[in-house]
Amino acid sequence: MENQAKIKIQNLNVYAEKQQILKNINIEIPKNKITVILGPSGCGKTTLLKCMNRLTDLYPELKVSGKIIIENKNILEAGEDIYTLRQQMGLLSQRPYPLPMTIYNNIAYALKLRGVRGNRELHKQVVKYLKQGNLWDEVKNRMREPASRLSIGQQQRLCLARGLAVNPEIILADEPTSALDPISSQYIEEKFVELKKDYTIVLVTHILRQAKRIADHVVFMYLGEVIEQGEGKEVFENPKMEKTKLYLGGTFN
Amino acid sequence: MKLRQKVEESIFKVLMILATYFILAVLGIIIYSIFEKGIKSLSWEMISQIPKGGYYYGKGGGILNAILGSLSLAFGSTVLAFIIGLPVALYINVFLIRKKKLVMLIRFLLDLVWGIPSIVYGAFGFSLMIMIGLQTSLLAGIITVTLFILPIMIRSMDEILRTVPIGLSEASYSLGSNKSETAFKIFTRQSISGIITAILLSFGRAIGDAASVLFTAGYTDNLPNSFLEPVATLPLSIFFQLASPVPEVQDRAYASALVLTLIILIVSLFSRGIGKRYHKTKINF
Repeated sequence: MENQAKIKIQNLNVYAEKQQILKNINIEIPKNKITVILGPSGCGKTTLLKCMNRLTDLYPELKVSGKIIIENKNILEAGEDIYTLRQQMGLLSQRPYPLPMTIYNNIAYALKLRGVRGNRELHKQVVKYLKQGNLWDEVKNRMREPASRLSIGQQQRLCLARGLAVNPEIILADEPTSALDPISSQYIEEKFVELKKDYTIVLVTHILRQAKRIADHVVFMYLGEVIEQGEGKEVFENPKMEKTKLYLGGTFN
Repeated sequence: MKLRQKVEESIFKVLMILATYFILAVLGIIIYSIFEKGIKSLSWEMISQIPKGGYYYGKGGGILNAILGSLSLAFGSTVLAFIIGLPVALYINVFLIRKKKLVMLIRFLLDLVWGIPSIVYGAFGFSLMIMIGLQTSLLAGIITVTLFILPIMIRSMDEILRTVPIGLSEASYSLGSNKSETAFKIFTRQSISGIITAILLSFGRAIGDAASVLFTAGYTDNLPNSFLEPVATLPLSIFFQLASPVPEVQDRAYASALVLTLIILIVSLFSRGIGKRYHKTKINF
């Protein structure tokens, strides 16, 4: 059971018009681990993440080919039920995007999509997920206020709670702490470590120290290619490739 | 260099100030003259009665026929245009996101029909009526005015829906919403104040236009009582009163213009109020 792959990516190529953004990506993302996709800005990390829940569909200029296998199904195949697929994954983006509704409804919206019905049940679960997002104490008296009134750090925790409310198996996080203050960032990191026993987490980051703190598995990318991947400790202590060494040494960013 | 910048700055500043106050002054003069000429003829009789025989030659009565006619016509066509227009605007912005060229073509065509003068819509509506055997009536007027304001409605909503950030779409889809949920629950909420502005803009055009209703809604001294009978409208009422040789009746035309202006003002304030209430939930990015 150790290191069982949750997501297998095979020969993934992504083109944007003439430019190739991802070049022949082959990675396996282990179950119930934190996999960190590390690399300098513009190396295709975010695109790789968006391929996994097919948000790439929203960008007309992107052409995706290859295979992404989750539970024996190639999710890139036409005719896949992408709406159900996306519910298997919670997304945390670079900056929080709360929905234009109240704090309560931000969570309730996700719950309703999952099929939770009945006001009492909804309320119970909203509270549960707000607690999971460590937001409950701050918002319990302002559930009917618009989510836009929360601070950025609170909004990001709301988005995390909302992402968990769809009851996913995988959490995709795209530099989730880059817009946050140190305390909110630390909270998110700690939460990820706590969540990995139940979820498979894929974290995109360019913050080396963050990666070192929480990565179980590391994928190092540079200019659309996977340069090196392996266990976190292994990659950080004994990088095999020259580029990884340079990056870890802080020579380029 | 520094002096040049200073001179440039002050020239442009003066030009901008002049232009702004010029426009404000023109606007002020228009409103003042409507008030000045209209207020003395404006009476309870004028807004509560229909024209009596010989009204256009100075006899008693009022323009209730035109007030109610215009309101029902503008309200009807705005509702209809909204019901058709919102799905179109959402379709363009949510469903056709991968078809950039098609979207460009649709926007271009809508901008094109936006520019067509309303008299052409009137003529088109008229020939449409003949085709389906409809007489001058409230219904024919509503259909014609709906066609006339649809491009305005769609394009103004479209412009506001375009500003919904892609990150918000991603957030919605990542929770498992499908496209229509994203469209109706997320896009509309995020854009609610802009949508209300679009409705208001369309209503203003609908209630203020004379040419499109000339052949289609017709004119009558009676109150509107059926979709299939002609209705009076304020712009045409103003036209008929101004055309009268009697000075008092011409003054009543200004009073009617004042009524029209006040209706637009009230509707505008009212919808701003609604817009503000919902604006709170909008996320600012």
